[in-house]
Amino acid sequence: MRYVTGFFRFWYDFIVGDAWEVAAGVLIALVVTAVITSTALQPIAWLVLPIIVALALAFSLYWLTRKR
Amino acid sequence: MSGTFLVLSTFLAAGVEGIEALTIVLATGITRGWRSALLGMAVALVALIAIIVILGPAIALIPLDALRIVIGTLLLIFGLQWLRKAILRASGLKSQRDEDAIYQREVAEMKAQPAPRTDWTGFVVAFKGVFLEGLEVAFIVVTFGSSAHDLPLAALGAGLAVLAVIVAGLVLRRPLSSISENTLKFSVGLLLTAFGTFWSGEGIGVQWPGEDLMLIILLIAYGLLSWGLVTALRRREAQSAAPAGGQS
Repeated sequence: MRYVTGFFRFWYDFIVGDAWEVAAGVLIALVVTAVITSTALQPIAWLVLPIIVALALAFSLYWLTRKR
Repeated sequence: MSGTFLVLSTFLAAGVEGIEALTIVLATGITRGWRSALLGMAVALVALIAIIVILGPAIALIPLDALRIVIGTLLLIFGLQWLRKAILRASGLKSQRDEDAIYQREVAEMKAQPAPRTDWTGFVVAFKGVFLEGLEVAFIVVTFGSSAHDLPLAALGAGLAVLAVIVAGLVLRRPLSSISENTLKFSVGLLLTAFGTFWSGEGIGVQWPGEDLMLIILLIAYGLLSWGLVTALRRREAQSAAPAGGQS
């Protein structure tokens, strides 16, 4: 069990690290864009992905600096 | 498709993919260390050769979109994390002195050890970049070569492109090494974010206008956004420091 926990901890630290809001933002961006690509809004999906990514970056910076 | 046109087509198409891989390897090598970047590149090339040898023309059956989603998502997360740190440093919110101290300590530790440690982030980023782009080059060779019924000639065009990209990498390595550390990390963050957005988007079915040209638009857009964020953070920091009488 210790090895399983250690395995997942390693990958969490490696990918997410101390920036959970970045990983969460990227996931939200991809899920929202993927949903849009299967609707009539598909032609504007290329705009949605970078916009949500940009918002995720801005939010992450706000989240990090608000504690100062 | 004539022989010359086939070689030229695969050369150009493979060249575009090769330049994308080279950009990632160069950026990773300069910022995270050449050992990890070159190791990541070498392991990716070995994995690619193994896949090509085992699968042959059946390589076209690999679900490229699924790979793009996984690799693109990871690059996007890493890119945004690097960009975030670079923005904080550029805006003065993350101490350059702390970073310098950490850097000096790491350099001293590395000098004290008989063999330098491998930076796994650098390794993984370089591996993923070379592996995905290499796979795309293999797809180009198979699809172009199969449609022209001349696989060896298509492979020749791609091989020449890879050779040209390697030469370009060797030439560019030295001048890029003289750029300041934070500028490089900023650039790498922007590059990984742009590539990550592009690949993960392709994987989930986004139709990018202008196709590969969209990478440049994404780079410019993320660059402008980062510049705006640095400016806004600097202004906020200056405003909050003013009433406290120049708190450092």
